Amino acid sequence: MATDPTDPIHQFDIFPLVPIQIGGLDFSFTNSALFMVATAGVTAGFIYYSTRGRGLVPSRLQSMTELTYEFTANMLRDAAGTAGMRFFPFVFSIFTFILVANLIGMFPYFFTVTSHLIVTFALAMMVMSVVVGYGIKKHGVKFFNVFVPEGVPAVLMPLVVLIEIISFLSRPVSLSVRLFANMLAGHITLKVFAGFVVSLSAFGALGVIGSILPFLMAVALTALEFLVAALQAYVFAVLTCLYLNDAVHPGAH
Amino acid sequence: MFMTEAFAQEAGSAGEGHGDPTEGTHSETSGGAGGHEAGFPPFNSEYFPSQLLWLAVTFGVFYWVLKNVLVPRVGGILENRRDRIALDMEAAERAKQDADEAQAAYEQELAEARERAHSIGQDARNDARSEADAQREKLEAELDARIDESRARIVAAKTAAMGEMNEMATDVAETILRDVVKVDVSRTEVASAVAETRG
Repeated sequence: MATDPTDPIHQFDIFPLVPIQIGGLDFSFTNSALFMVATAGVTAGFIYYSTRGRGLVPSRLQSMTELTYEFTANMLRDAAGTAGMRFFPFVFSIFTFILVANLIGMFPYFFTVTSHLIVTFALAMMVMSVVVGYGIKKHGVKFFNVFVPEGVPAVLMPLVVLIEIISFLSRPVSLSVRLFANMLAGHITLKVFAGFVVSLSAFGALGVIGSILPFLMAVALTALEFLVAALQAYVFAVLTCLYLNDAVHPGAH
Repeated sequence: MFMTEAFAQEAGSAGEGHGDPTEGTHSETSGGAGGHEAGFPPFNSEYFPSQLLWLAVTFGVFYWVLKNVLVPRVGGILENRRDRIALDMEAAERAKQDADEAQAAYEQELAEARERAHSIGQDARNDARSEADAQREKLEAELDARIDESRARIVAAKTAAMGEMNEMATDVAETILRDVVKVDVSRTEVASAVAETRG
């Protein structure tokens, strides 16, 4: 498949660059892995390079890093308080990793790591395991107060607890599907409109004129997708902070 | 493996239900994880292990680098700046305090100097006045002395003159009495009579 250049699904294909097979499972270094490495490398490299001057008065690049740093720090402090600041490197990693992965995906011919559910689901599960792991380690059984809101009549309690458990279990699903679906849908839409331009242009002068509309649409969607790329990284990070708040202060919501 | 297989089948059947956009491939998707050409790449479980492994590796390394190198680095820069600003503010505060103190000292010194100048002027004035007073007093005393002396001399001269006048009157009276009236009187009697007459 995927010989058609206007096929909107083609961009999500994964193909091995360095085939690695271990125990019957395919651990190949794929294009997806390449862009994961690129994401981590670009992000870490940017932070390192921008702060090389350690300027008292920051340069432009250093300002970007510092603003992102303080933005994330405020976000975490607002959501989880000072006690939550121990998770700052974790939240900062997640935010920057997803942000840069989304933005790298905006380049034509580049692969979007976060457009695969397994990746976003793994990130979401990582967040949830940190929340549950830290919550139980820190508070023991009290962590399960998360499922028992205060001030609920005893009659309703079983129902409320059930709802709370279901909502807790659905968190990783909603967290991962939101990011994945946004990236996937955005890229498909973009590709579909861009594909219209290519297809219509093949029909001569009239087609070229007709392709103006989808072309403008593609331009507008590109801007929208940049917004979505940043916004979804932010949403993922904010929700991570809120969930971490449960681990730090169970039963406080 | 079972999970991913089931997931892939689910994905495949979901595709069937909604009319698979990539025709004719969903059957292969249903075939399971071993399928080489899955219909919809995000639901193709063939590369799930690879993606999980490489995500774990890249994100793990990324997290480690951020936690141990980059976050302390950026945090250090911000901390440094905060410290520096606090320090500078403190220095500015101290300088302002110094300036205030200097101004207070200056004003005090000025007031003292003004007072000193005032007292010096006062002293000079007092000195001059007392000197003038002393001189005047001395002069006055001198003049008084001279007046007294003169007065004494006048009194003396007057007394002398008066004495002489008694003598002369006695002489005149004696002479008249002896030579004209031819009365022989003693000089003492004449003198006492003159003295009585003159009071």
